[in-house]
Amino acid sequence: MSYVPHSEEDLSKILSTIGIDAPEEVFSSIPDALRFRSLLPIEGPLDEESLRREFAFTSSKTVFAGGGIYRHHIPALVDALASRQEFYTAYTPYQPEISQGTLHSIFEYQSMMAGLTGMDVSNASMYDGATSLAEAALMALRGKGIRRILVTKATQPSYRRVLGTYLTHVEEAAIEEIPFDLVTGRVDLEALQGMAGPDCAVFVQSPNYFGVIEPLEEISAIAASQAGFWGIVVTEALSLAALTPPGKFNPDVVVGEAQSFGNPPNAGGPLLGIFCTRKEHVRRMPGRIVGLTRDTSGRQAFCLTLATREQHIRREKATSNICSNQGLCALKSALYLSAMGPRGLKTAALQSAAGARCLMGLLKERGIAPRFSGPVFHEFVISMDEDKRKRLENDGIVPGIPISKAYPELPGMLLVTVTEMNTREECACLAERM
Amino acid sequence: MPGREDVARFPEIREPLLNTVSAFGKNKRIVPEPFDVSGVTDLSGAEEMPAIPDVSEVETVRHFTRLSRLNYGIDHGMYPLGSCTMKYNPKIAEAAAASLQSIHPADRNAMSPVLKYLNLLQKYLGDICGMDAVSLWPAAGAHGELTGMMVISRALQVRGETRGKVLIPDTAHGTNPASCVIGGFGTVNVPSGEEGFLTASILKEHLDGDVAALMITNPNTLGIFEREIREIADLLHENGSYLYMDGANLNAILGVARPGDMGVDCMHVNLHKTFGTPHGGGGPGSGPVLVKKELAPYLPLPVIDEDESGLFTLEYDRPLSIGMVHSCLGNVSVCIKALAYILSLGPHALPEVAKAACLNANYLKKKLSGLFELPYDTPTLHEFVLSDKKQKDDGVTALDIAKSLVDSGFHPPTVYFPLVVHGALMIEPTETEPLQELDRFVSAMEEIAGQSTYDPGNLHNAPHTSPVARVDETAAARNLILSWP
Ligand SMILES: Cc1ncc(COP(=O)(O)O)c(C=O)c1O
Repeated sequence: MSYVPHSEEDLSKILSTIGIDAPEEVFSSIPDALRFRSLLPIEGPLDEESLRREFAFTSSKTVFAGGGIYRHHIPALVDALASRQEFYTAYTPYQPEISQGTLHSIFEYQSMMAGLTGMDVSNASMYDGATSLAEAALMALRGKGIRRILVTKATQPSYRRVLGTYLTHVEEAAIEEIPFDLVTGRVDLEALQGMAGPDCAVFVQSPNYFGVIEPLEEISAIAASQAGFWGIVVTEALSLAALTPPGKFNPDVVVGEAQSFGNPPNAGGPLLGIFCTRKEHVRRMPGRIVGLTRDTSGRQAFCLTLATREQHIRREKATSNICSNQGLCALKSALYLSAMGPRGLKTAALQSAAGARCLMGLLKERGIAPRFSGPVFHEFVISMDEDKRKRLENDGIVPGIPISKAYPELPGMLLVTVTEMNTREECACLAERM
Repeated sequence: MPGREDVARFPEIREPLLNTVSAFGKNKRIVPEPFDVSGVTDLSGAEEMPAIPDVSEVETVRHFTRLSRLNYGIDHGMYPLGSCTMKYNPKIAEAAAASLQSIHPADRNAMSPVLKYLNLLQKYLGDICGMDAVSLWPAAGAHGELTGMMVISRALQVRGETRGKVLIPDTAHGTNPASCVIGGFGTVNVPSGEEGFLTASILKEHLDGDVAALMITNPNTLGIFEREIREIADLLHENGSYLYMDGANLNAILGVARPGDMGVDCMHVNLHKTFGTPHGGGGPGSGPVLVKKELAPYLPLPVIDEDESGLFTLEYDRPLSIGMVHSCLGNVSVCIKALAYILSLGPHALPEVAKAACLNANYLKKKLSGLFELPYDTPTLHEFVLSDKKQKDDGVTALDIAKSLVDSGFHPPTVYFPLVVHGALMIEPTETEPLQELDRFVSAMEEIAGQSTYDPGNLHNAPHTSPVARVDETAAARNLILSWP
């Protein structure tokens, strides 16, 4: 249907006010040769019932896939409140006097992300974890003599690819991969020791793409003393509720993905990029930031701040080009964390970890061991041949994500993820079909 | 005018920060517990409680409900934020995307129909814009600009050329120069002509062998159609340069003129503007990038492919591609909503969007240009720019006018942009504003114009009826408080 609200009488009043006879004349400033006068080859109009029928997607019944995008319990209140039009249909809060709802919620999002990561500040969101990592690298490269970006090879392959795309356009910047130990699946500390220097920024994902928790204490000892800049990448925000906050290891930034907090997988997006840093870097940070201030009568109020870093003020000298971000996803994240509370969040995290251990136990009974010996959070790598995986998929079971294309040195390997959304029965069924 | 005490109409403004109402034991949520956690003994932070507030469900619900009441949304009323295309967001689009939620992108059988629809959206966007190939992965307009500049950079590299600069008209949005710089280019600011559009002769003065591209917005941010764009495209092409178009203002020409016919080589569209998906208080948006055939090999990975059996899959084997720009598939659900929007309107109603958007804007312009300075009297399409020049004499600024509109129940227009107009008020009503709402806006502006002569003080102190009075943004930047203690 058309959403143009005019009656015929309205239309003639508009035309006579403008002083034209036919609506077409409103386009008279477009050169005739550039006008398009054919009918667009588009279907429709479809009524609402047809649209509902058309867009009916169904997920497979049993899913053990994660790899940066996770299925977690989402309290019903998250959608109920996030879909209030006051939040849902508003623009970026440029006019703080009538945007306190968005600004206050995003301030709370920033506060909770800073608290969970153990960092001083969080921005208001980035597009996703991969672009957060890329922008963190750009931020590092603008600092004191940094030319090399070292990233662990066990960092999510798509993140490394996006990083590569962004850095293609920075002259003299090189990306180097820090290898992983083929037994433990953890970073090769000796290699890191040899590679790290004052001209480099080090980025380490933990838990890494194989689900393995990296030895951040040891990594920090090397990175914080030898490298010019270092960052921790977290692609599963829920792990923050079960592991030592990354801020304890003194990184310059914590970047990654917080889709797990109240945002469903949604066939891949929207996602929610985390960007947290230390106070001293805040003026070099990309993205929008909400600050607490006062109105002219002294009342508590919030507004977007540090605009002098941003594109609309600094244009070509901005710290980033980002404008629209993932505001509603950040709001959902704040709603989720408030609804879950500390114990709910902890339970979801520990249940996911317990689920992975349950499945590992069942597989062990069948003589199947994880590929890596390092400790994991809720994902692990096993071997599975292509045919078996396809058979399972056709029976409505997605056993995991094949990773061998990204890691040819790990042929026939699958990344298996368990969360509190899986059940013991599902784990038993998967183990049985191995 | 109501006085300051009327803010008591918004008791919600006293809503505390969540951390101050937190107390141990308030939150009684139970979550699924299918597994035995006794085996989880090897996680370093397992004992510590996460640093988030402990509040009850009812407190969470009331807190965010109260906060929502401090916001203004498009369902409230007119939101004439120029260049942002704040149109009504059809509710059916939300329903159409709902079943997408539970699908994991690695669930290949479930993803095939999703990819089929994404593929269809790519085709439709290509048809609407007259472009040959599309990538949906950029997550917002600025991300699309960056992706487009990377595509151009790669094309130049394949041609064996290094060209260092991108020309940008002075009416451009701040993201344009910022995106070019991240894409590895320098930028040159090009003045628009006296009539508010770029002329071929001005462009000629700036062309040389180092020009990679011109990045232009059409219609531009003054709402003026770039009528010499075809000549401009030809000059650029003769010079070996590309024409990039920021499609933020596509709503003005939807189904009425196609960028592809104007000689545009590469562009992006904003699904969250032209195609009616909600802005969400600052995203998620979606900024698909569209190119002519010559640039198609460089589009980002992955590419949607259909195999012989009709299954849709993702193809990563495109050696000339710039690579991935997003960890997954961009803002998928936003794309599905945009497709639902297109299908809901159909081929006849789509061009009516542009028509009504331009009629509404011209109606307002006619009604308001006697009261406020109109810096360019060139014909405009979907938006127009006024300035505060007449009111400046009484000490009233664009900001005062904007804040005052809040007291009449409107969201303010975009102010102080584009930079070529001092004290700019950029007004874009969109096609979904009823005539009665436009007239209400006109009355509000008339009242403000009148007040600026007889009671400017009242305007300086506006808004009087909003949840908070004017917010001290300078203090926010000076004394940074970016999280609760
Ligand atoms: C003309 C113009 N270009 C680019 C942008 C940036 O778009 P986005 O916010 O989607 O990144 C905007 C948004 O305000 C705009 O108005």
